[in-house]
Amino acid sequence: MSEHLVDIQNLHLSFFTPAGEVKALNDVSLFLDEGEVLGVVGESGSGKSVTASAIMGITADPGRIVSGKVIFNGHDIGSLDEKELRKIRGKEVSMIFQDPMTSLNPVYTVGNQIEEAILLHTEKNKQEAKERAIELLRLVGINEPEKRIKQYPHELSGGMRQRVMIAIALACEPKLLIADEPTTALDVTIQAQILELIMELKNKLGMAVILITHDLGIVSSMCDRIAVMYAGKVIECGTTDDIFYNTKHEYTKGLLRSVPNLYEEESSRLIAIEGTPVDMLNPPAGCPFAPRCPQCMKICLKEMPPYHEFSDIHYSACWLTQKAEFEEAGKGEE
Amino acid sequence: MMANQDILVEVQHLKQYFPVAGSSIFKKAYVKAVDDVSFAIPRGTTLGLVGESGCGKTTTGRTLLQLYEPTAGRIIYDGETIFDSGLDGKKVKANMLPYRRKMQIVFQDPYASLNPRMTVGDIVGEAIDIHHLAASREDRRDKIIKMLERVGLNSEHANRYPHEFSGGQRQRVGIARALAVDPEFIVCDEPISALDVSIQAQVINMLEDLQHEFGLTYLFIAHDLSVVKHISSRIGVMYLGKMVEMADSNEITFHCCHPYTKSLISAIPIADPKISRASKRIVLEGDIPSPVNPPSGCHFRTRCPYATPLCAEKEPEWKEVSPGHFCACHHLDQVK
Repeated sequence: MSEHLVDIQNLHLSFFTPAGEVKALNDVSLFLDEGEVLGVVGESGSGKSVTASAIMGITADPGRIVSGKVIFNGHDIGSLDEKELRKIRGKEVSMIFQDPMTSLNPVYTVGNQIEEAILLHTEKNKQEAKERAIELLRLVGINEPEKRIKQYPHELSGGMRQRVMIAIALACEPKLLIADEPTTALDVTIQAQILELIMELKNKLGMAVILITHDLGIVSSMCDRIAVMYAGKVIECGTTDDIFYNTKHEYTKGLLRSVPNLYEEESSRLIAIEGTPVDMLNPPAGCPFAPRCPQCMKICLKEMPPYHEFSDIHYSACWLTQKAEFEEAGKGEE
Repeated sequence: MMANQDILVEVQHLKQYFPVAGSSIFKKAYVKAVDDVSFAIPRGTTLGLVGESGCGKTTTGRTLLQLYEPTAGRIIYDGETIFDSGLDGKKVKANMLPYRRKMQIVFQDPYASLNPRMTVGDIVGEAIDIHHLAASREDRRDKIIKMLERVGLNSEHANRYPHEFSGGQRQRVGIARALAVDPEFIVCDEPISALDVSIQAQVINMLEDLQHEFGLTYLFIAHDLSVVKHISSRIGVMYLGKMVEMADSNEITFHCCHPYTKSLISAIPIADPKISRASKRIVLEGDIPSPVNPPSGCHFRTRCPYATPLCAEKEPEWKEVSPGHFCACHHLDQVK
């Protein structure tokens, strides 16, 4: 049934900590087609990185998929064993992590780390792998690649390390690249370089990209579709234009309002989202955003709103839209 | 520069060099973290400092408070010279203790800047004790609670420890600690960059409210130009230890003239798809050079699209482009 490259169906994923069960993902459904760029936006703890790790099958130890399915490229990730997963990781799906300082191995040369992926997944011999590594470094815009492959990560700057990470991720031309906050640790001008590079490579190699970030500015220029997550739930999902110009969920609206606008002459007061992020150990009963929502109603505190579809791909979970719908229907009857 | 205004803090030709460990004893190497930076902040206003990591913006803030002893330069606070390296090499240093009550700092990382073994009440109260601002125990307690309430926490929080709080709440504690001694001037060193997006706006709004309420003067340091623009009346842009451009915040956003400022502004992702798709980003080539061995002449020339041989030979002058708008670049006419 699944024609999508990635199809996450009603995924529930929990971390069983000593303090209790943390429902990191609570009924998440998402899909992604080939060659598409999906942005996943949310605050820390909203479950965006956990979603990515579920696709890779690398959920950390106390975490377990409770129910639901992750289907990637025809494989049911949950049913594969470690050996089969290893064949997929790095070959069909790869990931760029947030912090290039800690995600490279400090005791291996850059060349070594790129060749590792090539030797593991292809028939190439050492010499060919080395040539491929040089070619990859050139592809990601590193000058003098012959010299660089002999260097260790500490000899490179942050931007260069992130480029090396991208080179490793692209080594086997994956179908899906997951970029987990790829530029958070970098400076703005370097961030622009890296984002430009990811888009360029995406167009060249035709892969799909999942871009995880908390920065609405980044997703606005890069993504075809955006999923907004809050407290382990996708609360709104739609095309980039839907999310920015036809915003439905109060949390998305709040996020958009709270960013200062560089191009306004008179600084007006920012409209902040009051309150603090959800305590995932004791989530509220109803809509997780209800305690912070300026338009909270009684029902919001009691029951989780169902998804409402505005178009084939734009949907959100908010009682306000249900209420508007209900009133609309009421008018029609009268 | 702005002689008719009431200047609270002024810095002239401030330099902060850090020796590099392991450099030759015959030719000592230095990181010129802050190199000849001058600015003045009128009372009740905010000066924003922007730049990338390693450009010296945090060091400027800390040196200004003399958390580091400046290598050279002059710092004037409210008309009194509190540091002057002088021409004859005789340093003038004021006793900082009374000034510490007037000049405070909010640090970047609310996880690292609060002592985990002290209760929030004691963290806020420590400064009150040092400056003997409380007449009695009750008075101390009232002052602490008043401060906590002012930053959106409540009295029961005083007995808790920092680990019990979220990032946004901790930053509020950090702000309460700075405010406890009733300061006039606060250095805000990236106060929001460790916080979640939805919390950032809360803290910015609070800082603005406090400024109006207590007539505070801020030096606001951040790497995010849109946030700095929002809160500041004037903005200075730094690159590799040098100030490259300084002007009123609207002037910087709409009429900046340094090529670095231009690329910095164009690199900011705009949260509006129509604008961000239409605008062409100026993507700078290369990385920031090492501050131990900065390029000769203009520091920015290695990444600058307008660079000529002149830029390598001569350091550009700091000149006034239009009233109140300063910039250091050889090729201003071309950049425009």
